[in-house]
Amino acid sequence: MKLAKLLTSAAVAAGLFAGPAAAEDMRIALVVKALGIGFFEAAAKGAEEAAGELGDVEIIYTGPTDTTAEGQIEVINALIAQQVDAIAVSANDTDALVPTLKKAMQRGITVISWDSGVAEDGRQAHLNPSSNALIGNMIVKLAADELPEGGDVAVLSATTTSTNQNIWIEEMTKVLPNYPGINVVGTVYGDDLADKSYREAQGLMQSYPDLDAIIAPTSVGIVAAAQAVVDAGKVGEVNVTGLGLPSEMAGAIESGASKSFAIWNPIDLGYSATMMAYHLAKGDAEAAPGAEIEIGRMGTITLDETGSAAMADPFVYDESNIDDFKSIF
Amino acid sequence: MSLAETTSAPEARARGPVPDRLRAPWEAKLKSWESLLLVVAIGIFILNSFASPYFLNAWNLSDATFNFTEKAMIAFAMALLIIAGEIDLSVASIIALASTAMGLVMEAGFGTPAIVATGLATGLICGAFNGVLVTRLGLPSIVVTIGTMSLFRGISYIVLGDGAFRGYPSDFAFFGQGYAFWVISVELVIFAVLAVIYGVVLHKTNFGRAVYAIGNNATGALFSGIRVARVKMILFLLTGLMSGVAAVCLTSRLGSTRPSIASGMELEVVTMVVLGGVNILGGSGSIPGVVIAAFVMGLVTFGLGLLNVPGIVMSIFIGLLLIGVIALPRLWAKLRGKA
Repeated sequence: MKLAKLLTSAAVAAGLFAGPAAAEDMRIALVVKALGIGFFEAAAKGAEEAAGELGDVEIIYTGPTDTTAEGQIEVINALIAQQVDAIAVSANDTDALVPTLKKAMQRGITVISWDSGVAEDGRQAHLNPSSNALIGNMIVKLAADELPEGGDVAVLSATTTSTNQNIWIEEMTKVLPNYPGINVVGTVYGDDLADKSYREAQGLMQSYPDLDAIIAPTSVGIVAAAQAVVDAGKVGEVNVTGLGLPSEMAGAIESGASKSFAIWNPIDLGYSATMMAYHLAKGDAEAAPGAEIEIGRMGTITLDETGSAAMADPFVYDESNIDDFKSIF
Repeated sequence: MSLAETTSAPEARARGPVPDRLRAPWEAKLKSWESLLLVVAIGIFILNSFASPYFLNAWNLSDATFNFTEKAMIAFAMALLIIAGEIDLSVASIIALASTAMGLVMEAGFGTPAIVATGLATGLICGAFNGVLVTRLGLPSIVVTIGTMSLFRGISYIVLGDGAFRGYPSDFAFFGQGYAFWVISVELVIFAVLAVIYGVVLHKTNFGRAVYAIGNNATGALFSGIRVARVKMILFLLTGLMSGVAAVCLTSRLGSTRPSIASGMELEVVTMVVLGGVNILGGSGSIPGVVIAAFVMGLVTFGLGLLNVPGIVMSIFIGLLLIGVIALPRLWAKLRGKA
C-alpha cells in the first residue's frame, strides 16, 4: 500500500501545478506543435500580451511533448472536456486533427488554426503569418533600402521546384517596377544544401563583380551566402538579405555581411491568433469569406475565400533587435 | 526461476509447492500486483474527480478512453509475447505500414471491407516476417524488431513521402469515431472483447500455460512436449494482427494516413504491459493487470490534461510509475529477506 500512497501523493502534487481558473473569463487555448520550442514560447508571450490588453481572457498554453498528431488530439480532447471557449492550434497534421476539431466545433468551441493550418472543414478560420505577395515585396524592399542609388542584385533560391520560393520570386518580379534602379541580374539554385548554396553564392560574386546584394528567400541559402560573402572579403560590398532565422543569422548581422533580413515574428503571431480567436468566440466578428477582423495593434485582417488571412509584412530583423530574438528561434 | 512464479503474485514463491491451479487463495489475490494497481487506478479516479470539475462527465470520460484503447489492443498480444520471453518493438511501424496499405487500397477505389481486410492482412504479414526471423533463424527478437521498426516505417515513407492519404469513405469512420451505444465507443467495445479473449486464452487454455512455460524455461518447455517455435510464431502473428486492428482504429479515428502515424507508440505499449505487472524478462504477468494498467495510463494522461499540466510532466509521472513498478517488488522482497 506504500506504493499507492506514494502515487496518490504524486498525483496530488501534479494537480497543484495548475492554478484555479476564473470561471467568468473567456478561456482561449493556444495549442502548439510541441512544448519547449522557442518559436512557440515566444508565440505564447504574444498571446499573454493580447490577453492583458483584452482583460477578460485566460490563456491556456499547451501542446504535446513531441510533434505528433496523436499527442495533439489528446491535448485537444482534454480542452474540449474543459469546455474552453476557443482553441487556436498550430497543427502537426493538416488532416488528422480534423475529426477531433470538428467535434470541438460541434460542442460550441471556436476553432482557428495559425502558423501551420488544418484543412478547411476542421477550423473556422486560419491565420497565415504573411502572404506570398507581402513576402515577395519584402525581400526586394530589404535589398533596395540599402541601395538608394540602385544596383545589381541576384537571387539565391532553394530548388527549381520549391513551390514557396518560386511563388515568392514571382511576386518579387511583379513589384520590381516599384523599385527603379534595382536590376536583378540572375537567379541560382542552392537546393537548400549548405555547401551547394555556398558555391552558388561564390559563383554569383565571380560572375557579377559589381554585385550589390544577394537575395536568398530560404533560411539555408541566406546563411550560406552570408558565409560566402565573409570568406570572399566582400563585407560592405555585397549585402545578403532575404528570409532567415534570427538564431542562425545573428553572426551574419554581427559581421555586417547582412544588414537586415525578414521572417515572421512569433510574438506578433501568438498575439494576433489570440485576438482573432477572441473576436470570433465573442461573436463580434464572423468567420466568413471577406469578413474583417480587428487584431489589436496589428490592425485589421481580411479572410479570403478559404477562410484564411495574412497577418502582416514579414518582420524585419537587424542589429537593433537581433539580440532579443536570436535566443527565441 | 521456479514454475511457482507463473502465478502473478511473487508471494506465491514463498508458499513452496507448485500450485496445481492458477487461482491463488483470496489472501494472495488481495496482495497481488493487480489489486495494488486497482487501488492506484481508483485513487487516481477519485483524485481526478476532486481536481477537475470536468472529469466526472460521461462524454469526457468516453473521450478519455481513446487515449489508451488502441495501445491496449496491442498490449494484450504484447503481454503474451513478453511473458514468452520475446518482444516486438516494430508494432508502431506495423501500424504505419498497415495504414499506408489501407490508404493505397482506398485510393484504388475499394470500399471499407477491403480497406479493413488490408489493414489486418498487412499486420499479419508483418508479424509473420518478424516471427520467421526470430523462430526460424533464431535471431534475438529485440534486434529483429528494432530492424523491422525502421524497415516497415521506411516503406511508408517511401510510398507517402511528405504526402498523406485522405478521403477515406465515411462509413470507415465507424471504427475510430463511431459509438456502439450512448457513450460507449466502438473502440472501447473492441478493447473489451479483446481483453476477454486474451484473458481466457492466457489464463484458461493449454496455449496460455505453454506461453508461461516457455517464458520460464524454453528448453524445459520443449522437453515437456511444447512446440516452442510454433507458439512463438503464433504470438508474433497475433501481435502483428493486433497492430493491424489498432491501425484500422487509429486510421479511422484520424481520417487520414501519414507515415509518421503512431510514432513512438511501441514504447507506450511496452510501458503499459510492464506497468500491468508483466515481468519484462518473461515468465509472469496477467491480462487483468494490463487492462488496469491501460486505465491507469489513460486516467493519468487525461486527468493531468484536464489540469493543463504540460505533457512533459505527464511523461515524468508515467516514468516514475514504471520505475516504481519494477523497483518496489524487488525492494519489498529484499526488505522481507532481511526481516
